[in-house]
Amino acid sequence: MKILVGISKSPDTTSKIAFTDGNSKFDENGVQYIVNPYDEWYALVRALELKETIGGTVTIITVGAAADEAVIRKALAIGADEAVRVDADPKDAYYTAAQIADYAKSNGFDLILTGKETIQYNGSQVGGMIAEALDMPFVSLATKLDVDGTTLKLEKEYLGGIQSVEVTLPAVVSCAKGMAEQRIPNMRGIMAARTKPLTVIPAVQVEDLTSFTGYTTPPAKSSVKLIDPNNMDELVALLHNEAKVI
Amino acid sequence: MSVLVYINSAHGIGKNAFETVTYGKKLGDVTVVTNGNVDDASLAKLGEYGASKVLVDKTLVDADDQQLTRLIANAADQVGANTIVFSHDHVAKNVAPRLSVRLKAGLVSGAIALPDADGTIKVNVFSGKAFGSVKVNSAKKIISLLPNSIQPENIGGSATVEAFAGNAGDAKVKVLSTKQPEGEIPLPEAELVVSAGRGLKGPENWGIVEDLAKALGAATACSRPVSDIGWRPHHEHVGQTGIAIRPNLYIAAGISGAIQHLAGVNGSKVIVVINTDPEAPFFKAADYGVVGDAFEVLPKLTEAIKKFKASN
Repeated sequence: MKILVGISKSPDTTSKIAFTDGNSKFDENGVQYIVNPYDEWYALVRALELKETIGGTVTIITVGAAADEAVIRKALAIGADEAVRVDADPKDAYYTAAQIADYAKSNGFDLILTGKETIQYNGSQVGGMIAEALDMPFVSLATKLDVDGTTLKLEKEYLGGIQSVEVTLPAVVSCAKGMAEQRIPNMRGIMAARTKPLTVIPAVQVEDLTSFTGYTTPPAKSSVKLIDPNNMDELVALLHNEAKVI
Repeated sequence: MSVLVYINSAHGIGKNAFETVTYGKKLGDVTVVTNGNVDDASLAKLGEYGASKVLVDKTLVDADDQQLTRLIANAADQVGANTIVFSHDHVAKNVAPRLSVRLKAGLVSGAIALPDADGTIKVNVFSGKAFGSVKVNSAKKIISLLPNSIQPENIGGSATVEAFAGNAGDAKVKVLSTKQPEGEIPLPEAELVVSAGRGLKGPENWGIVEDLAKALGAATACSRPVSDIGWRPHHEHVGQTGIAIRPNLYIAAGISGAIQHLAGVNGSKVIVVINTDPEAPFFKAADYGVVGDAFEVLPKLTEAIKKFKASN
């Protein structure tokens, strides 16, 4: 089975979120980049598990600059066979999806996996966009994925519950928590990653459907009002009269 | 301006639908499109929130992403809508990106407000640690609205309900079963949320959390460690790698308040933190704090809520 996994870089989850250039750009000063957790822990690891059980190849693809290659090597160290970097600044989800779809179209994959969203844009857009561009079915927010011949059997988050679905390959799936367990790359994997193929390809021309014009951070909370643990009536009264939430 | 609002009516018409129609009404003349087994009376109620027309394809049950994409695209075409609004739920995450590609319409996902004067729309980014302003460059746009971002307004209008042939084609994704938690309030939509963490010491102690949630009419949530070790289901995990919520009230017991957890909840209007450790970082993000043992404080708070509910 030929599997393609979309990988994005994300700021480490402990990063301080600040903006620069008149709040128009993310301040990368001191920020450590990681593979977006949903892409790595769920999509990539599940792809590797499938390869281990039924055979095949796992290709990772990212849209980004040369500086992102450290993040790509990390994904290779975990076990992907080869990597593709589309050499461009990913302007928005549509731009990213169009690049991945274009590559997938000319290389023919049975299964395309993405994380359910990135932890910086939280858009949940790229997977569905790739699917539409390739006219493939899309299953979003999958928590379980098994392959039976040419049929995918999945469980997905659905309106507070779980839905079981099946679909014939090829398909696009976005992966959520529960699908696989995080893997820590070992020394052998890290060494092997250095020599795995990393192909750089040019971007295709795509119109900008959206752009971010600026960012703000939430206003700081005023100091906390402490309530005596033996006086919960007071807390209830404050929630009712002052905060007006009950 | 003609605005199309997609409503998922698989489990009835609720608050999310009213919020989405209210939002659409502020942008223009609202037509709703929906599908599945839903009665006309429930659909007509959308008129009270500003819909002038409801198009329903009742033949389309358990529709997949490609069918819904065609249904909505065809409805948008029929009413000449340049703006399509979703509630940012699991269905929107499945369908809105497809529709964006099909219609070449810029997608604003996770919108938390109406467009600003310059036309940009505010969204949650960095898992709730910041907001971004999104400009749509295309003529058509799709807005996926986070639940609890706008107050539904009953303006007392009325809507006509019309059968609509969605020409949605065949499903490629086959639904085998749907498990819906009975009687529970879905966490992303909940206005009141009671959440707990490792401070509860074990899954067997969750009764005091559920008691408080029940007394309040709240949903329950948890921190990442608690869901990772399997004390609570994954869908309750709130935080940077779980879900981000924006309830009116978030009560957190036995959660220290790591930055990744705060990211998922700092859209909450009011935060109450209960923790034995007065130095817990969560107190800095809280409106009200109780320094005390959750095992003592939660039952007392439950009693106080019951007393309050009985006298109000």
